[in-house]
Amino acid sequence: MPRNAQEPTSGRGEAGPQGDDVRSDLHVKVEFASSGGLQLQLDSKVGSMYGDAILDTAGRVLRELGVANAHVAIDDKGGLPFTIAARVEAAARRAGASGKGDPRPERTIAREGPSPRDRLRRSRLYLPGNQPTLMINAGLHHPDGVILDLEDSVHPDEKDAARLVVRNALRCIDFMGAERMVRINQLPLGFEDLKAVVPEGPDLILIPKVERAEQVVQVDERMRGIRSRGGDGHAIWLMPIIESALGVENAFAIASAADTLVALTIGLEDYTADLGVRKTQEGAESHYARARLVNAARAAGLQAIDSVYGDVGDVEGLKSWARRSRGLGFEGMGCIHPRQIQPIHDAFAPAPEEIEKAQKIVAAFDQAQAKGLGVVRLGTKMIDPPVVLRAQRLVQNARRMGLIAEDTDH
Amino acid sequence: MSKHTELIENSVGRSVPNIVNGKDQIPFQGVGTYKPHASKHAPPLRSASDYPPDGDKRVPDLRTALEKCGLKDGMTISTHHHLRNGDVVALMALDAAAELGVKDLIWFPSASFPCHEPVIGLMDRGVVHHIEGSMNGPLGEYCSHGKMRGMGVLRSHGGRWQAIQDGEVHIDIAVIAAPTADAFGNADGSHGPSACGSLGFALADSVYADYVIVVTDNLVPFPCVPWQIQGNNVDYVVEIDSIGDPRKIVSGTTQITRSPERLLIAEYVARFLEDSGIMRDGFSFQAGAGGIALAFVQFLKEQMKEAGVKARFVRGGSTQYLVDLLKEGLTDYILDGQTFDLAGVESIATDPRHVATSPFTSYNYHGKGNFASMVDAAVLGATEVDVSFNANVNTHSDGVLLHGIGGWQNCLFAGCTILAVPSFRDRIPVLVDEVTTMTGPGELIDVIICERGVSINPRRTDLIDRLEGSDLPIRPIEEIKDEVERIVGGPPAKARLTDNPVAVIKWVDGTVLDAVWQLEESSQ
Repeated sequence: MPRNAQEPTSGRGEAGPQGDDVRSDLHVKVEFASSGGLQLQLDSKVGSMYGDAILDTAGRVLRELGVANAHVAIDDKGGLPFTIAARVEAAARRAGASGKGDPRPERTIAREGPSPRDRLRRSRLYLPGNQPTLMINAGLHHPDGVILDLEDSVHPDEKDAARLVVRNALRCIDFMGAERMVRINQLPLGFEDLKAVVPEGPDLILIPKVERAEQVVQVDERMRGIRSRGGDGHAIWLMPIIESALGVENAFAIASAADTLVALTIGLEDYTADLGVRKTQEGAESHYARARLVNAARAAGLQAIDSVYGDVGDVEGLKSWARRSRGLGFEGMGCIHPRQIQPIHDAFAPAPEEIEKAQKIVAAFDQAQAKGLGVVRLGTKMIDPPVVLRAQRLVQNARRMGLIAEDTDH
Repeated sequence: MSKHTELIENSVGRSVPNIVNGKDQIPFQGVGTYKPHASKHAPPLRSASDYPPDGDKRVPDLRTALEKCGLKDGMTISTHHHLRNGDVVALMALDAAAELGVKDLIWFPSASFPCHEPVIGLMDRGVVHHIEGSMNGPLGEYCSHGKMRGMGVLRSHGGRWQAIQDGEVHIDIAVIAAPTADAFGNADGSHGPSACGSLGFALADSVYADYVIVVTDNLVPFPCVPWQIQGNNVDYVVEIDSIGDPRKIVSGTTQITRSPERLLIAEYVARFLEDSGIMRDGFSFQAGAGGIALAFVQFLKEQMKEAGVKARFVRGGSTQYLVDLLKEGLTDYILDGQTFDLAGVESIATDPRHVATSPFTSYNYHGKGNFASMVDAAVLGATEVDVSFNANVNTHSDGVLLHGIGGWQNCLFAGCTILAVPSFRDRIPVLVDEVTTMTGPGELIDVIICERGVSINPRRTDLIDRLEGSDLPIRPIEEIKDEVERIVGGPPAKARLTDNPVAVIKWVDGTVLDAVWQLEESSQ
């Protein structure tokens, strides 16, 4: 058999975690050879049930990457097929494989369509990009969004591996209606991330550590470039994260930098570090930045989204932070554990009295419209147009949160 | 399998041997169908005049005690598992028997633990012929590979009492590890340096064995109070330095799961109990020590407080979390089969509302009723559940024997049996088309709650009606099973098994519900 010029004959690479506490993941070692075909050696805790399937997955990925001769050792702790494909690909690429085939797992999740620009974004659950185990069931907790994170939660040496896990997750994991967000790395590394994930059609890209509008423009342009070469054409939104004093000063320019922006958020760990102050439970040190961010976001027609609350065990602290956050004008915040989702949803929900009052205002407005009246009255009070607008938005949000039955107006 | 043994199909379609260890078997006939007519088994008559009038039954060591009991080849020796993975007494007894040169013993523990792995050596040497009791970890592997000479017999805690009482198992010598005892043989589990709480699993052994030896590391002057084991049933008392490792007998604390999926399951369980109307003033439930079980109690507790209801009794395995319910007035009693942590031991020793129970009161088929069917809801686990609601707690999906039955089968008689399980573990589906081993028939299993939803057994139309309007994700079990198979990349390959039975799963009435089969040795 004539040897393909692309076939590597030497080089070795490893990927994936090792150790007794590993679950639903695997370690793969690939060493290229000049002959002998693919020698796959499998040690798997699910070997008697899925051994053949694991070898099939690994063999397919290697062949697509142009690897014809190699010793491959797989130490599997029950990884799912999308994880197996990602780890085998990462190990082979680290060994130097560069075949032009398509090693991606078969897409098992269809993208439902574009994510609405102004959808609910109360909670977004951070999922470390190199930990597939945490992604599998994330949708069950019904966050408004999940963030597949390639940035701070991924070790610098694992960026390539995480990118493959995230790419495969976008093809294979059902996040059950959560908006699928990816946090890329800072540029230029983030460009590599975009190349890997944009063709898989995430709903939104989070851009970290944004200080200038130009950074948003760069990402937006690069995404257009990638998408012009393929993809399903659905909108992919942008959400910059402002994490420095300079970023806060430039918030409005950043918020107005591209028409694909839908929200602006803030990262308080880095911001407080930049100020040189301690991050407190009350958050007085970031009050100015957060207020300014809300103002900039609203001025540009975007949603303002708050940072995360870092103490998973402190539910009461989380609730009061989230209530204050809503009071400042934020529409949501980040979550670092699924148990934070429901308290956040509760805190960002309008109170029953608020809903009732808003519904009355909307009804009064509708009546006035029907009668052709320019002035809206509720009882003896005249209602100003901005109050009507606010009430309409509140009623709309309450409906989307399931707080008002779909078929009733009152 | 001996040449005379045949395989017969029982009423749930499982193939089971008709003879086990030389004894004829009755295949499972359906729940509550088999009703034997005979008198209860009884130990030989004794005369008090043969025992020391001063009540001092001490002998120097276990070896002497076994000799005095007339130990010989082929006898059945029983032990209990209240010392769990910290137990040293069972091995000490079997080792003493080995020193005496006897062979072919049957070990009849109420359960075995990883600490009992050295019994493998005793089986290899011919001292122990086979085990009738749970076989975990290395013992389960040993049995699954067909290395045990006899067939393993797995029984529930209630089934163990049933087998003793109807004479299916005749205990020659019972060796009872006791955290506190007096020289007469009165024994108690709730005090002493090796305290374990209840001694309920040893009660049948003390009453029905031909000979009873109490082994203690905390000898107190007569009377040892309370006497969970009565000295009037005891032949000899042996004092040793330590009956076990207290750190492994009870954990200092039992941990609630931190896994988000398991917490979600626990939350669904608690909400199910409320939405179904089971959670009401005066209700009762059983909770074990597993991560999900502990967590659902915490969720349920908040709901009970909010609704202003309290339970009449809860059934343990007791833990800190059940003790808190008792202390906060959210239950009148804890009826406790075994004690899992230090808070439980402390509570059972000091609080009269925390009552030690035995498999006789709780589970025995030959009793005139038992408590299990009086509990409103039991929340249990499983390794596999199938679309007909049958469940397996004994084998792994690859066919390896992994766990005993414990009280699991007995608890299925609760008013509402809930299995709280993840839908898959790593890549291995828990929801399957057909269980590898049937430990419990689906007709007794009412609800499966996993992180993907709540499936109600179609037989329970009453529960289905009551859950109408609940916002729990109620879904057909087949739908969740299909979803899981999509996630894990198809159903698992069937376990590769031979047609040689290595153990049987007994039902609570002593009939044979299923068999465990020897593994096919892989060619690798």
